[in-house]
Amino acid sequence: MATETLLLLLLVLPFVGGLVVAMMRRSARRAVVAVAACVMAASAMLLLVFWPQLSDGGVVHDHHAWLPRQGINLTLRLDGLAFIFGLMVTGIGFLVVIYARYYLSSKESMPRFFSLLLLFAGAMNGMLLSGNIITLVIFWEMTSIVSFLLIGFWRTNGAARDGARMALTVTGTGGLCLLGSMLMVGYVADSYDLEKVLAAGPQLREHPLYLPALILFLIGCFTKSAQFPFHFWLPNAMSAPTPVSAYLHSATMVKMGVFLLIRFSPVFGGTAEWFNIVAGIGLLTLILGAVVALFRHDLKGLLAYSTISHLGLITALIGIGSPAAIVAAIFHVMNHALFKASLFMAAGIVDHETGTRDIRKLSGLARAMPVTATLAAISCAAMAGVPLLNGFLSKEMFFAETSEWHRGTLFDDSMPYLAVVGSAFSVAYSLRFLISVFFGTPSQDLPKAPHEPTPWMRRPAGILAILCLVVGIFPALTVGPALAVAARSVLGELPEYSLAIWHGINVPLIMSVIAIAVGIAIYGLFHRSITLGPEGPPVLWRVRGARAYDAVMVAGTWRFPRRMMRMLGTPHLQPQLRLLMLLGAGAAAWAVWGTERIWLGPPESAVDPIFAIMWLVGGGCAIAAAWKAKYHRFTALVFLGGAGIITCISFVWLSAPDLAVTQLLVEIVTTVLLLLGLRWLPRRRQEVPGEHHFKAKLRRRVDLVVAVICGAGVALLSYVVMTTPSGNVASDWFLQHAYSEGGGTNVVNVILVDFRGFDTFGEMAVLAIVGLTVFALLRRFRPAIESNELTAQQRIQNAYDDAADGRERGDTVRDYLMVPSVIMHWMFPVVILLAAELFFRGHDLPGGGFAAGVALAIAFLLQYLAADVTWVEDRLRILPVRWIGTGLLVSAFVGMGSWLFGYPFMTAHSQYVHVPLVGEVPAATALLFDLGVFLLVVGAVVLMQIAIAHQSLRWSRARDKAAGGSE
Amino acid sequence: MEIVLALAIGTLVASGVWLVLRPRTFQVIVGLCLLSYGVNLFIFSMGRLRVAAPPILPKGETIDPSLYTDPIPQALVLTAIVISFATTALFLVVLLAAQGFTGTDHIDGKERDQ
Repeated sequence: MATETLLLLLLVLPFVGGLVVAMMRRSARRAVVAVAACVMAASAMLLLVFWPQLSDGGVVHDHHAWLPRQGINLTLRLDGLAFIFGLMVTGIGFLVVIYARYYLSSKESMPRFFSLLLLFAGAMNGMLLSGNIITLVIFWEMTSIVSFLLIGFWRTNGAARDGARMALTVTGTGGLCLLGSMLMVGYVADSYDLEKVLAAGPQLREHPLYLPALILFLIGCFTKSAQFPFHFWLPNAMSAPTPVSAYLHSATMVKMGVFLLIRFSPVFGGTAEWFNIVAGIGLLTLILGAVVALFRHDLKGLLAYSTISHLGLITALIGIGSPAAIVAAIFHVMNHALFKASLFMAAGIVDHETGTRDIRKLSGLARAMPVTATLAAISCAAMAGVPLLNGFLSKEMFFAETSEWHRGTLFDDSMPYLAVVGSAFSVAYSLRFLISVFFGTPSQDLPKAPHEPTPWMRRPAGILAILCLVVGIFPALTVGPALAVAARSVLGELPEYSLAIWHGINVPLIMSVIAIAVGIAIYGLFHRSITLGPEGPPVLWRVRGARAYDAVMVAGTWRFPRRMMRMLGTPHLQPQLRLLMLLGAGAAAWAVWGTERIWLGPPESAVDPIFAIMWLVGGGCAIAAAWKAKYHRFTALVFLGGAGIITCISFVWLSAPDLAVTQLLVEIVTTVLLLLGLRWLPRRRQEVPGEHHFKAKLRRRVDLVVAVICGAGVALLSYVVMTTPSGNVASDWFLQHAYSEGGGTNVVNVILVDFRGFDTFGEMAVLAIVGLTVFALLRRFRPAIESNELTAQQRIQNAYDDAADGRERGDTVRDYLMVPSVIMHWMFPVVILLAAELFFRGHDLPGGGFAAGVALAIAFLLQYLAADVTWVEDRLRILPVRWIGTGLLVSAFVGMGSWLFGYPFMTAHSQYVHVPLVGEVPAATALLFDLGVFLLVVGAVVLMQIAIAHQSLRWSRARDKAAGGSE
Repeated sequence: MEIVLALAIGTLVASGVWLVLRPRTFQVIVGLCLLSYGVNLFIFSMGRLRVAAPPILPKGETIDPSLYTDPIPQALVLTAIVISFATTALFLVVLLAAQGFTGTDHIDGKERDQ
């Protein structure tokens, strides 16, 4: 198999795995874990397959066009840097899956957790493999979203929800900034392709957009990698399940920011701005995170701030930007992932087995859980930078860089001192984590009696701890080659560095010794007062980034909008609609203002007196409907129908039979639906109070003026257009090609189902949504109490039935319209035949799927008119929701069918087929598409009918029950 | 012919707008229907009026577009008819539901304070 295909597989595999896991049953816990672990392991193997190619300094590419015209493509690109990060994502992912299997309790939904975890791994891989900076941002944002879902995994927990929302807001905003930056970079580099962008560094650094692009880019990276001042979301994200913290918030997601900084350091780096901002923020975060971490009482809180601090260290290295610093940064990313994931797992074990994460309560656990304590000790030592462990090596390199690199500024000179201060605190909090929890007198009043976890829960942590040791002792043998490949992929060529443990007594070693000594001193002197003090360093603990965030959120999403609503909004609909109408009229007037053509009056065709009389009636109907709609609803409905019929006849008159057919059918359905609805409206009192008040009158006058302005404006516009000669090229094209390319002689139908099929598809979706919404709304519908009684007619009928001899209640209703109802019953097959006729002729003659669907729905409507609801519902053999679904699917599949033949979506194919008895039938694929339209329309309209008509049944039942209860 | 249809459109739109601005839900729904007639005719009129022009093409002949009606506005109106039907049905049900919840047919969900 070609390696390019493997690259695509690597990207797709976790997503597919996530979907598979999501669809598994909750009880299949073992299977879920097995699938998840296999996917992670297989991804890691797939990555390793590329090693031979990458070890020669090669880069693997795979290109799939997506939006080629916009320059946005699914370009996959795997180089050494992405390889190392990818190995961490999949490798640690594998361990976390195993760990999580024992961490999660049996009550929790395994499929949800593991599918999210796999989706996250997929998004991470996508980000790492992106060879296009826009798809990179898309995957970047995807990790934010999945991270939101994972932090809020325990959704009943308020803190988890808040933490998740905060993380999403901060990192999502950062992602938008990153997108802005990438658009600018793409503009300057004239391509979104990563390779071209990487080569466009000199260009960009000269460009005026450099600074804005750099700042937006850094906001994106700093929010993701929790750098000051955006660090506060990370401690709040600790309400996530611990496997999530170990995976996302120590090893992978928070590393994305530094990954991107490393990746783009050849583009943005090397300037004074880069050095000052990136190294400055990095060092500040390093110290701040280390100091705060020492004062946290929550195990995971301590680790979170420690992560912030170590990310600061990496950021500072990237800010320094020398080749050796970049190597050190990559090295420290790997080391940190190893020891921090292991520590998070240890913290999770402690939490799991003792029931608390409070350092003040925990003590002397080493006696109860010696293995866990040993693992934690190794990882803590790595975190503190003790010799023979991996953390020591990269920290040495960091010290070397801070002391060697000089620009001559004050900040530059103070760098080594700041580095030592940060490291000293790092030693101190590592000691606190280890000694306070695992040593000393065993604590008594723990929620659970502490004991070792099941072996498989601590093994993942054990593997990571052992790796810390191995890397620390044999660095050149273990990570040496991979580090070299990664560094070369960023820097082009390899700088001078040495991965040995012993370099002799030099400046970095002395700095290390000082840091360790001072760290031990800090811990020894202050650990008691820290335990007794508040959760945070003196003075600083009152300043909370999260609180500032909350204040901004409250002001921005609550106070300010409410004030604006009070100032500018209105709860009344009428003023809004009036404004809308006036704006519409104003916009139209503005558009045509000053054009001379508006007053040109070329000759028009002669007025046909019958047409004029017809519209005298139609206009009269419209005005009468407007007049009567308030007190005489039924009358208004009749007038509305009159206006509709005249509209319909006009369509016939003016050579648009298709419109006439459709309008007529829709008219029937609309009228009946409105009639059914009338039943549930409140009885209109003859007089609405306050109707003759001055304000009400004024309002009506104003509305009348608005209405007349709108009507006159539209009339004028249409008159001017109609008397202007047409020159429509687009229509000519459709007329000329309808038969030759669409295979139909009814141009309107061909346009709808073939040329503009996608629009029609959207329209179908609208109809389906409306049908379902109607159904959903009416399921919970409760009409007003006043309409929940027998109508006057029913009471009269019942009284008559009761009074007359030999009649039972309901006889009058049954005999009502006897002859018409028989006719209507017998019309059912005839209407079906009519619908079939309309459907089949649609492509060549007026008709089509929509008209046929409405016609068939009318067949059902007639049954409602002919008999009562119970009768119809007993005999209804149609499942409307299925018809809707089938219709949508049929049309979609017909559209997709053209892919099989290598044509774009919804390319139609046409020919005629001879069917016995029926004759020539146009068998275009458009006909199948039209079949989908037909099915959907039947389903949607019948669904609405059932929903509305069923109300009367439900209420008569409720009424009967109430009456039965009271008797 | 043009003047008649233009006046008809104007009347339909004016009646529709007036009703849409009224406070009762039933008035608004009737107004929307009238407005949709007016707007459909307006869109239709953009293709110019043709009396007794064939809407169906002959098979396999060269076509002179000037002899036929303009199909694009017709296709647009056909879509518009469907959508306005859907809107009317939806609004009818929202009207019923709102009335069930609030006990009034005022569009604001409560009677206006005078």
